[in-house]
Amino acid sequence: MKKYILKRIGISALTLLVILFILFIMLELMPGSPFNDEKLTDAQRAIINAKYGLDKPMFLRFFNYLKAMISGDFGVSYNISKNTPITQLLQSRLPLSLRIGGQSVLIGTIIGIILGLIAAIKHNTIFDTLTTVISVLGVSLPSYVFAMGLIYTMGFKLKWFPLLYQMEAPFESTILPTVALSMFTIATVARFTRTEMLEVLGSDYMLLAESKGVDQKRLIFVHALRNALIPIITVLAPLIVSLMTGSLVIEKLFSIPGIGSLMVTAIQSNDYNVIIALAFVYSVMFIGIMLVVDILYGIIDPRIRLAKEDLHE
Amino acid sequence: MNNQMTEFKPDDFELIRKNQDDFVDESYAKESYWKDILMRFVKNKGAIFGLIFIILIVIMAIIGPNLNDYTFDSQIISHQNLAPRVKSIESLGLGIFDGAETMNTSTGVVEINKYVNPEKETGLENTYYWFGTDVLGRDIFTRTWSGTRISLYIALVAVLVDMIFGMSYGLISGYFGGRVDLIMQRLSEVLNGIPTLVLVTLLIIIMKPGLGTITLALALTGWIGMSRVARAQVLKLKEQEFILASKTLGAKDFFIIFKEILPNIFGQLIIMSMFSVPNAIFTEAFLAFVGLGVPAPNASLGSLISDAFKSFTTHPYMIVFPVVVLALIMLSFNLLADGLRDAFDPKMKEM
Amino acid sequence: MQKEVVLDMKNLSISFKTSAGEIKAIRGVDFTLYKGDTVAIVGESGSGKSVTVKAIMGILSGNETINSGTIDFTYRRGEKVIHEDLLKLSKNQMRKRINGKRIAMVFQDPMTSLNPTMSVGAQVMEGMIYHYGTSKQEARKKAIELLELVGMPEPEKRMKNYPHQLSGGMRQRVVIAIALSCDPEVLICDEPTTALDVTIQAKILELIKDVQEKLGISVIYITHDLGVVAKVADYVAVMYAGKFIEKGTTEEIFFDPRHPYTWGLLSAIPSLEKTEHSLYAIPGSPPNLLNQVVGDPFAPRNLYALNIDYREEPPMFKITDTHYASTWLLHENAPKVDMPAQLKARIEVMKKEVRDIGK
Repeated sequence: MKKYILKRIGISALTLLVILFILFIMLELMPGSPFNDEKLTDAQRAIINAKYGLDKPMFLRFFNYLKAMISGDFGVSYNISKNTPITQLLQSRLPLSLRIGGQSVLIGTIIGIILGLIAAIKHNTIFDTLTTVISVLGVSLPSYVFAMGLIYTMGFKLKWFPLLYQMEAPFESTILPTVALSMFTIATVARFTRTEMLEVLGSDYMLLAESKGVDQKRLIFVHALRNALIPIITVLAPLIVSLMTGSLVIEKLFSIPGIGSLMVTAIQSNDYNVIIALAFVYSVMFIGIMLVVDILYGIIDPRIRLAKEDLHE
Repeated sequence: MNNQMTEFKPDDFELIRKNQDDFVDESYAKESYWKDILMRFVKNKGAIFGLIFIILIVIMAIIGPNLNDYTFDSQIISHQNLAPRVKSIESLGLGIFDGAETMNTSTGVVEINKYVNPEKETGLENTYYWFGTDVLGRDIFTRTWSGTRISLYIALVAVLVDMIFGMSYGLISGYFGGRVDLIMQRLSEVLNGIPTLVLVTLLIIIMKPGLGTITLALALTGWIGMSRVARAQVLKLKEQEFILASKTLGAKDFFIIFKEILPNIFGQLIIMSMFSVPNAIFTEAFLAFVGLGVPAPNASLGSLISDAFKSFTTHPYMIVFPVVVLALIMLSFNLLADGLRDAFDPKMKEM
Repeated sequence: MQKEVVLDMKNLSISFKTSAGEIKAIRGVDFTLYKGDTVAIVGESGSGKSVTVKAIMGILSGNETINSGTIDFTYRRGEKVIHEDLLKLSKNQMRKRINGKRIAMVFQDPMTSLNPTMSVGAQVMEGMIYHYGTSKQEARKKAIELLELVGMPEPEKRMKNYPHQLSGGMRQRVVIAIALSCDPEVLICDEPTTALDVTIQAKILELIKDVQEKLGISVIYITHDLGVVAKVADYVAVMYAGKFIEKGTTEEIFFDPRHPYTWGLLSAIPSLEKTEHSLYAIPGSPPNLLNQVVGDPFAPRNLYALNIDYREEPPMFKITDTHYASTWLLHENAPKVDMPAQLKARIEVMKKEVRDIGK
């Protein structure tokens, strides 16, 4: 078990290193960075190079770069907000994105599990078909399609929810974006729960529990659910990816001042420092969550947590 | 135990068989492997639906841009922001596709028709734009289908590259096993940890958006899934006896990989590819939305949607058509892939 | 000596609706279980053995139709003696009153019968807490006693273990412990040793026999292994194509079998004696129960088939008070057919062995 955790941590650290290396290379290759400005004379260029240590060998530069990134020093923004330390930009925006992301994961997972449960229990009835339809739609349509649909119907025509993010109504104005963002989660979780539940319900140990005389409710919630839900953790990976990509679009659509819309703005205005910094932040989040998920899985599933003891008859 | 009087015939109590050789064993007929798969596939309504729509969309992508006289990049500024108008539907008098649109103005909701105005001559009485025009006066119908062309092209090429590369990677890794497998798997595990969003975005920024670079970036993100599937299949087949038979006949490793194993895993690969296509299209659309899509005047479905978003609340029709086509493509490929997967192995995944 | 009747099944017929059609799995089964007895139901796969006992427990898959029959169960609640037709009880009633509490079941594959995410202790304790409202401490104590009863080493430690940490034999002991946890009156064992090693098999069979004698439980064994039958059963019922074709005491079935199918089963047991030249196997395969059965379902595979076997299904003929067989060969008009010579020789050897051991 410990070996398992250590191995996971090791790979995560390695991955982060590789990513940083890639980011570093990208930074070097970025066209039109301020240090390559043609208007500079050679002398000026020499001064800038010395000042920023650009004339040192790549190894050293990479090392400095590593140091800086890991300590959170992401440099300053050039185009979005001249000379503002990027960390400052992130401070105000990160919590908001995390909140919306967290909300949609929570809601999405809960609704997804409920839908999947119902579909499995009422197998081959209208509920089942309905859930399957919702699942396929939720997985096939990009989140911004839902977002636009929601904006148009609920926000625009029906005026039930505010269209744009407002700081004065932090909860209400995030309802629509959260729903749009959670569609993929709902669809994936529902489908997965349904499949797992069906498999569990048909297994031998369920039959044994039934023969013990356990009542229906207990059968499902105590015996079946445990087994069906453990693998759900494995679905979290594509979910997080979808959240990250979805958040960019959703934040733009709803004018939410989070890191997603910051990324979009940075891309559109070629602010490379910000782009790279955000890429790093996203990578750390992704790797971090994957690590937590892997470890969690090892803890929750007793088959992994406890090794087989050497027992004799 | 029954009280009925059974009627006995004279020869009832004679033995039928003289010896043991009089036996005929009944056996149950079995369909051939491929026929079985085809039958299962055809039964799946969703899969057929998906297949039909894919075919329809591909046909439209090929002939669509040429169906009317407009090209995808001809701009006629005076024709900007026109609502959809189709001659045959207009004459049905249903009130749709007749060039009219409802607009929310400061004074209230108003219906205007830029084509036909009872009060004055518009000069547009005889022009028809089936899906309307965009803000630069370009025909949305033509652009939608040429956009579909490009989106499909990008997706298919990316998936093809993925399949070739990912498949080879997985095949080699799985077949040779041992050290080779270990290293290759570690490598792909690490590479997998890099969020594709990050990778793709950065690549395109560096390489400048264009048809080729987008395709390349997409290909880079999908091969790992393909290699995983290929490897799993190889591991399953490696132990089977026909491989052993081939080896004893002296077949070289690469021969075995490509001639013996490959045909058997093809099914799984096709399924994986079908699933990757909507992924690729989605990623492309996403890139377009954040400004990294195909450069103007070329259009892809994603860039169309992105452009149309600006006029979303005033002229919703601009966004509707590309969104519907996009949704249909993604839906159809998902249904098709699902159907294929169920047909090849009904026990897998869904019940 | 009048033995108490515990379970009385009369004329049970069950069919299943499948996508391929209607399968008539059980076509008129009668069977009586007396208190303290061990009955073995023997047959090939697909003969209907499992369906019969699952019908008793009320845990069939859901797409079944009970075409006819009653299952009369007699049990004591305190002072009162209660008779109930199990088929008439609702699923809820079955679960509350019968399942686990009065009739318990041991399943075939110990590797998959236990819930992988629940500890052994929790699974053993569950029945008691649920049916009798036993307190957790009480249940825990009893569970440890049960584990000891079934021969589990270090029972307290095992309580916290999870199924995957135990070997197959130990898991099966847990399953038996679970079955015994609510003091049932009837124990149904569906091929309890098929999935286990031969050495463990013997131990498990001993265990069940022990427990039965100690607690006075009546046991129904399902098996296709005649060796198991010889070891544990008082009474044997042979099933074929959804019906019992021969019933009798173990001695009667082994020493005086009358149905050609039973002859086939007994002949098919490999013998350590080197007197035989080839292994005997009953030719052909069991009939497809999707089709309506006309005549004797065993006829196509029966070396001794009569013409009438293809027209009419034979009724049960009485041989002794306890021995019945349904074959036209027992009709007065039938030709005198004796069991195959090889089998006869074998049975003589068996009889001799029994005499020698002085069983």
